[in-house]
Amino acid sequence: MPTTEPNRAASETAFVRGVAIAPRPPPAEMTGLLAWLRINLFSTPFNILLTALIVLLLAWAIPEIVKFLVIDAVWSGSDREACLAYVQHREIGACWPFVSERLPYFIYGSYPIPERWRVDVFFLMLAGGIVWLLWPRAPRRDLGAIYFFIVLPAVSFVLLTGWSAVGLEPVDTVLWGGVLVTIVVASVGIVLSLPLGIILALGRRSRMPIVRLLSVMFIEFVRGVPLITVLFMASVMLPLFVPEQYSPDKLVRALIGIAIFASAYMAEVVRAGLQAIPRGQYEGAMAIGLGYGQTMRLVVLPQALAVTIPNIVNTYIGLFKDTTLVFIVGIFDLLRTIEVARIDPKWATPVTSTTGYVVAAIFYLIFCYGMSRYARAMEARLAKGGPR
Amino acid sequence: MTGDIDSGSLLKPGRLRTDTAVEMIGVNKWYGDFHVLRDIDLKVRGGERIVICGPSGSGKSTMIRCINRLEEHQSGHIFVDGVELTADLKKIDEIRREVGMVFQHFNLFPHLTVLENCTLAPIWVRKMPKKEAEEVALDYLRRVKIPEQASKYPGQLSGGQQQRVAIARALCMNPKIMLFDEPTSALDPEMVKEVLDTMVALAHDGMTMLVVTHEMGFARQVANRIVFMDEGQIVEANVPEQFFSNPQHERTRLFLSQILR
Amino acid sequence: MPSDLPAQPRPARVAFYNDPKARSIAYQIALCAVIAFLVYGAARSAIDNLARAQIASGFAFWNHTAGFDISQTLIEYSPRASTYGRAFWVGLLNTLLVAGIGIVFATIIGFAVGISRLSSNWLLAKVAGGYVETIRNLPLLLQLLFWYNAVLKTLPDIRESITAPGGVILNNRGFFVPVPRFGDGIGFVVLAFAVGIAGAIALRLWARRRQERTGQRASILPVTLLMVGGLPLAVFAAVGWPVSFEFPQIGRFNIAGGIEILPELAALVFGLSIYTAAFIAEVVRAGILAVSRGQTEAAYSLGFRAAPTLRLVVVPQAMRVIVPPLTSQYLNLTKNSSLAVAIGYPDLVQIFTGTVLNQTGQAVEVVAITMLVYLIISLITSLIMNIYNRHVALVER
Repeated sequence: MPTTEPNRAASETAFVRGVAIAPRPPPAEMTGLLAWLRINLFSTPFNILLTALIVLLLAWAIPEIVKFLVIDAVWSGSDREACLAYVQHREIGACWPFVSERLPYFIYGSYPIPERWRVDVFFLMLAGGIVWLLWPRAPRRDLGAIYFFIVLPAVSFVLLTGWSAVGLEPVDTVLWGGVLVTIVVASVGIVLSLPLGIILALGRRSRMPIVRLLSVMFIEFVRGVPLITVLFMASVMLPLFVPEQYSPDKLVRALIGIAIFASAYMAEVVRAGLQAIPRGQYEGAMAIGLGYGQTMRLVVLPQALAVTIPNIVNTYIGLFKDTTLVFIVGIFDLLRTIEVARIDPKWATPVTSTTGYVVAAIFYLIFCYGMSRYARAMEARLAKGGPR
Repeated sequence: MTGDIDSGSLLKPGRLRTDTAVEMIGVNKWYGDFHVLRDIDLKVRGGERIVICGPSGSGKSTMIRCINRLEEHQSGHIFVDGVELTADLKKIDEIRREVGMVFQHFNLFPHLTVLENCTLAPIWVRKMPKKEAEEVALDYLRRVKIPEQASKYPGQLSGGQQQRVAIARALCMNPKIMLFDEPTSALDPEMVKEVLDTMVALAHDGMTMLVVTHEMGFARQVANRIVFMDEGQIVEANVPEQFFSNPQHERTRLFLSQILR
Repeated sequence: MPSDLPAQPRPARVAFYNDPKARSIAYQIALCAVIAFLVYGAARSAIDNLARAQIASGFAFWNHTAGFDISQTLIEYSPRASTYGRAFWVGLLNTLLVAGIGIVFATIIGFAVGISRLSSNWLLAKVAGGYVETIRNLPLLLQLLFWYNAVLKTLPDIRESITAPGGVILNNRGFFVPVPRFGDGIGFVVLAFAVGIAGAIALRLWARRRQERTGQRASILPVTLLMVGGLPLAVFAAVGWPVSFEFPQIGRFNIAGGIEILPELAALVFGLSIYTAAFIAEVVRAGILAVSRGQTEAAYSLGFRAAPTLRLVVVPQAMRVIVPPLTSQYLNLTKNSSLAVAIGYPDLVQIFTGTVLNQTGQAVEVVAITMLVYLIISLITSLIMNIYNRHVALVER
């Protein structure tokens, strides 16, 4: 006969459990802060040593950073005297008055002061367009795409460069600078690289040999050379190849260079997305009578793009960082305005350069890290199959 | 001289030192707050074949993975052939040498050939000369009926063939106890039989086996005892004839009604 | 009767403008025509513009005298006697130098950080993760400018140079490192070193044979160290220590002796290494994570400990996943070295596309040559990558 002892199984014979065992909480040494510390920081002698070293390192580094940014920092003043150690008789950290005085220059460059409202309108319109496109629950996102890719560029162009016919005074691109230029270059790059990249990717997969050959040559050529050489090519060689009266201005040349470079990398990202679409999708579309253009537009591309959104955003992050290279062909992006400002004799102190670079770092960290968080959120949402 | 499933094989499993192969006393395990193994008591004699079944999430895989320390238990004692399983690395090494395991997803090493998969551990852990290890490996490959695949790579084999290589790989270490964690669950139906046949042959050779599986036909054929687990505890255990025809606990009855037609 | 079947109807003749083949040919011809037209137009404009600006064409400039100085030259170069062609080679060598050093450092740091991110030590994993997230989200140019302007240029003047242990002198003109000067007899030491290496290889082969035969592993590390280190050292002593260190000496306006490492080179190496290491860390982490846990479990269940499991099972599989993107990062580092132009390090882009282009005005030829060099480097790397991939690909059905 089987035993029915409630707690111990006499395992040599048959056994039936009498009373079920209720779940119990884990023993004390497994839970709580001490257990967590023991497992994660102090589990082996080597780990103990490592934890000690890192704690020492952080104990030195973090106070130093806080001292520089906050405690020793100077918060008001009108020139270099405010930020010089021998004048103030104390250790000097970041020179924030330098930043606050030059902030308009960092944001607008030399854009005429009475016209700066136009730049603000541009920033607002751009922000609105981005939220409209990226917020998964926004209404009519197809309209949002038209707004972002067609309406916004046209209106911004008129707004920023000016058009006397509507009463907007023309502003030469030479005067643009700082965050304005960085955002313009990045936006143009983003807006142009995706359609161009799609065209190149489709071209690379085309069955027409000449189209495929040209696409492959273009993509591999642009991806094999540094961005600087592409920018040099655009800014130095391009004027030669165009009749004199059409010679594009410096900013446009840099924009062309960035667009070319970004679209080649975007082409590879889109191509990976297209390859992930199973043949069955193409065949299904053919079976219901869709032509090539319709198949691409209605069936294949929407799926391919959705799958590679995280990679697209990663490419955009790279593009955003690459905008700093226009510095080298003489365009006054944020980094260049900071470079110009930090050697201004009015603010010459040992801490000015570092303060300037901190400002740039904060700006880029916010944008790039923000984009990468968005990409990760999209990846998680795609993995769950939710709305895109 | 080649091993044959019907006549006695020359490659008998290693002999146990004591006559209790595995003993688990009051074993408890938690994943965070979740009490996954509750007061497990189990005694397995040498040569016994135990089939462990139960609904998914019942802790059956976790239980056998505690035996070779792929999972750690937080309270209670586990003895393998008289050696207690603790955090002592030397003891763990000793136990792992004597306990073989076959996984649901085979876990063959894809960068090595079938033969190299089987000789890797004997050469590096048991310090066998290469020639001897290869002879042993070929013998076991013959025993699982795929000696001709010795120089192929796992990626070139079917699922059933891969699992049989996995069994041969575990056997090459001459273990005294074999653990099977749902060995046929990842196989296409037509390949399940070839793997079960191999396991039946192993049982006939006297190997101590703990098998987590849903294959009740195999259990009927070969098991000395069937252990039913649910919600982290052993609910019922009995010999197959009694277990299937006369389940005592209502949860056992519920489970059997769901998996037997 | 043989043919009872009704005659099959012939397929309908399609109008040529609906035939996909004809269409495709038409599209391609149109595309070629458009491109030919554009190329022709561009060429004509170029010829006009160049003529108007009185800029020469062709590659004759290659043999003209350069006339400008270069701050770091690994080969013979003189402003008065060397040609633009020579300047090209100087620049190319400087590029390869900084890329090579950068790759070595980036790999070491990258692997360390990547493995640290997977550590069971929570603090180490978080710190490594913080490093990667921060560095990857800051532009390389910003990091370079920071290293150059905020760190290296703020080193003190010559007169207040910092002396570091080992006789290294740091100031705002660069790092000055003592250089060993070898005397007679050094050839024997080199020979002894070569013999030591050969011996170590032979020893390894012998140990492996022995293991296959008997199963026993011989401990070859002590003997290897003795051969590769001890033997040359012994010979070194025997010939009377023929080495003297030339230490840099602080003069009034100059440092005499030692090797000078330009601050530009140092800044470029720091910036490139630290930046690329963050990307390499992610590549390494992805590679290790790509090896499924089941592999480690299978090895453990066979009786392997952690170290042999890593060596025999995990690392071989991880390397297959790591190597292709790793070489891609190496290529990125080489291309990114072109940012040298922003801080004045005389690499290929700075010398050629910078100074030479300014002086000759021959934009088309200069930029084309520079791009060609990088293209060749990319192509060679791709080829080697493909050969490697084919060689180690896992064999599947």
